[in-house]
Amino acid sequence: MAVASKEITRIMATDCGSTTTKAILIEKKDGEYRLIRRGEAPTTVEAPAEDVTKGVLNAVGEIEDLEGRKFLKPGDEGVQVSPDSPDGVDIYMSTSSAGGGLQMTVAGVVKTMTGESAQRAALGAGAIVMDVVASNDGRLPHEKVADIRRLRPDMILLSGGIDGGTIDHVVELAEIVKAADPKPRFGIGYKLPVIYAGNRDARDLVRDELGEQMELKVVENLRPVLEKENLGPARDIIHELFMEHVMAQAPGYPKLMKWAGHYVDGDWVQVPIMPTPGAVGKLIETVAKNEGIEVMGVDIGGATTDVFSVFKSVEEETVFNRTVSANLGMSYSVSNVLASTGFDNVMRWVPFHMDEADLRNRIRNKMIRPTTIPQMLKELIVEQAIAREALRLALVQHKELATGLKGVAQERTIGDAFEQTQTGATLVNMMNLDLLIGSGGVLSHAPRRSQAALMLIDAFLPEGVTMLAVDSIFMMPQLGVLSEVLPKAATEVFDKDCLIRLGTCVAPSGENRKASILAEVTLTGSDGASSEISIEKGRMLVRPLGVGEKVEAVIRPAKNLDVGEGPGNEWTGQLEGGVVGLIFDGRGRSPFLLPQDDSARIGKLQEWSTALDIYPERFISLEGGE
Amino acid sequence: MAFAYTPGLRVADRTVVRKERRLPLTGETLVKVGDAVSAETVVARTELPGNVKMLNIANILGLPPGDIPELLHAEEGSVIKEGEILGQSKGLFGLFKNTVRSPIEGVFESYNRITGQAVLREPPIPVEIDAYLKGTVTEVLKNEGVIVESVATFVQGIFGVGGETRGEIRVLTEGPDKELTADLIDDSCSGKVLLGGSFVSVGTLNKAIKTGVKAIIVGGFDDKDLKEFLGYDLGVAITGHEKKGITLILTEGFGRMTMASETFELLKSREGMLASVNGATQIRAGVMRPEVAIPVQGEETERTSDKQAGAMDIGSPVRCIRAPYFGRLGTVAALPAELQVLDSEAKVRVLDVKFPDGATVTVPRANVELIEE
Repeated sequence: MAVASKEITRIMATDCGSTTTKAILIEKKDGEYRLIRRGEAPTTVEAPAEDVTKGVLNAVGEIEDLEGRKFLKPGDEGVQVSPDSPDGVDIYMSTSSAGGGLQMTVAGVVKTMTGESAQRAALGAGAIVMDVVASNDGRLPHEKVADIRRLRPDMILLSGGIDGGTIDHVVELAEIVKAADPKPRFGIGYKLPVIYAGNRDARDLVRDELGEQMELKVVENLRPVLEKENLGPARDIIHELFMEHVMAQAPGYPKLMKWAGHYVDGDWVQVPIMPTPGAVGKLIETVAKNEGIEVMGVDIGGATTDVFSVFKSVEEETVFNRTVSANLGMSYSVSNVLASTGFDNVMRWVPFHMDEADLRNRIRNKMIRPTTIPQMLKELIVEQAIAREALRLALVQHKELATGLKGVAQERTIGDAFEQTQTGATLVNMMNLDLLIGSGGVLSHAPRRSQAALMLIDAFLPEGVTMLAVDSIFMMPQLGVLSEVLPKAATEVFDKDCLIRLGTCVAPSGENRKASILAEVTLTGSDGASSEISIEKGRMLVRPLGVGEKVEAVIRPAKNLDVGEGPGNEWTGQLEGGVVGLIFDGRGRSPFLLPQDDSARIGKLQEWSTALDIYPERFISLEGGE
Repeated sequence: MAFAYTPGLRVADRTVVRKERRLPLTGETLVKVGDAVSAETVVARTELPGNVKMLNIANILGLPPGDIPELLHAEEGSVIKEGEILGQSKGLFGLFKNTVRSPIEGVFESYNRITGQAVLREPPIPVEIDAYLKGTVTEVLKNEGVIVESVATFVQGIFGVGGETRGEIRVLTEGPDKELTADLIDDSCSGKVLLGGSFVSVGTLNKAIKTGVKAIIVGGFDDKDLKEFLGYDLGVAITGHEKKGITLILTEGFGRMTMASETFELLKSREGMLASVNGATQIRAGVMRPEVAIPVQGEETERTSDKQAGAMDIGSPVRCIRAPYFGRLGTVAALPAELQVLDSEAKVRVLDVKFPDGATVTVPRANVELIEE
């Protein structure tokens, strides 16, 4: 993408989420880019406005109010981009997940092979995958046809067959799509976009089937050989079609697309609107690459929860994965979290008794009025309990899809004969995880940072030594799109203003029923002074250590327990602090169990909450009723 | 900021209600601009392509797909009857022939030489769209549908179940704070749209269905009753397709909730008039709320287009939509620009709401909803 002739020093970026529209103002001062101000407003795809730009104007308007400067054009005709004027900014850009995001159906020959690769390609591009159609998915052809019609996806990704492989099955899939002839959700009379990224030998036959009836795009095979995925070309074309076909139909988007851009040598250049998850994924990948670490990010939104991960495969290759749990979220989808996990699983995180009917009504009321926020402490505690379950379920789904390639022939040595590993095992290894980043309203806006830390720990159960962080004010999407245009600005703001390091969590993992001390830790500060800590079974402990501060640590786990160097082995290294500090979690992993008895469980939750200073003291006296 | 934006639900005495009546596929419109229509008038019609049956003829005949075309008895595009022979193998010396017969009546759409698969399509499914609302056709969307306009009393609910229906408004409770109980429903309620007060239980709802009630409008409903009523736990709020024999519209939310008195009084004043109601709710992309529209005589008294939609100012009537003041109505007393700390310790933008009893409370701006008049 071209860079402006005049240096860009003032940036306005918005993210139109399904619930809230967030605007940030970034400026270059004293040689570095910093976040100056943020504003937010409810997203306005809903009546009476039914125009996403209203929410953008309100969010930017809040920045105007707080900053005392003008950023909007007269008459609220958009964001003022004027490099030569003291008002306005040099560039405006936006991401969006409002309007239900991008909904896709994907198809492949074998469900666990090309079907899964196609799913990964779509998810990586920021889509919600509504259905995976495969030759071996157990449905009869007419059932597949009926399902495609019923779901009305925004576009279809058709793959199947390695290059030189099966042609029949691919053509059969094309035939099913043709017979279904689904109509786009928005815009009568438009042809549905279909991307073909399968066996290159079947291209002409697929064109014969679909060329006339659909808006067919043919790109390189996303699984050219069994051992390799090539998801890039399919992802790029998905982004392109998303802009052209889906966004252009949503309320207010054509206007927003025109607003986003900047001047290059006096000419107006538009900056494409990126799907929010696509932008966040881009940023997480950049972080993992720059620091050479294994990273996981989670973005819990109103309607969906996205999990991103960069883990090393057995072959030591770094693999990026993104999954979206389309119906797990904190507002629009909050009832579905309860329906999916059940009342008891939510209540196990609540440190007081509550009536089921009352809880159900509260959750439903949040669903039907998704933009409301908890005013009372008790409501906050309940919302954070639901968030734990939404995050936990999203991780379960991520583990199922973030796997090695299935169906690949593996060379096995005699040593492997004793390890019953299969191809396609999950890449997610909580012991290897170096950095866990939380994002989304419930984590980023938690009144105390320690609440975000405990939500992440409870939901993801990191093992061994893991740094926890949150996106301070939920600006990863905007920084993701900014990284496309001005990578320097994105990196600087990410390091200095976006990422808040909460601290390092140390959690011994494994089974040892007899041990009352799970690990002994020796910490040595930069001044040479050392201290000893015992991680007691069933307890949590926080040791303050500020942001950027580090201590040398030796962790000696009990027999059979692991902190990263194998069962019973000593771990030596540096632990880094954060706004919460060093968190020593003796509650156990693999398994992590909460007391079955209600009052014992509540007692423990209160004890842990107190240890981490999660809530004000009065929370202990809270009761279920108003 | 002189005003703040907040989403709101409409409660209008007389307003122009514009309804787009669009076909799912292109088709034929049956009325013209200026035509007066009743709710039942069919305004557009089309035919959805029939369901598809796929038949692997090559497999059935046990022959390579490329050998099939010469054995087919039906041509692509030809009309076929159930049981009709579609293809037959040559057999051995004219004997032992294998035969493929059509499992459906419809059209032999295509045969694929690569896969051996034939696509058979059932007859088209006719779809008709009615006007939904008594009014006038103001626009014809060529081959796609029409716009029907009507001056009507219009009330949006917050959540609904069940699709479009219509009936005469009948008030059953004495006030907006009274529960609509089963004993209030008798045979005279058949075919009516019932206005209740604060609550309805699943038991009452079931009695209403048996009695032939078309729709119920109340303040609140319990979520556990919703689960029992639907037979499943509703995950995502996309409703309207339920075939329960009744449409339910909640104006306030879940739990026992006094209906906003102006909503109650307005609907009450329309007792005996014909209402078109729709419970379809979609709290997601392209948000849709349930609605009650009652066409009235005369001209509209307000046009919301003249007002800035969603703008909230000092004195604007609002409804609190979250605990601890859930359901209470008041007016905006102050809109401070500074962020304030709540009981939950969150620091957010707030506003002051003055209740009718004179008490003033501070609530997050996100937790009120503008009552649009």
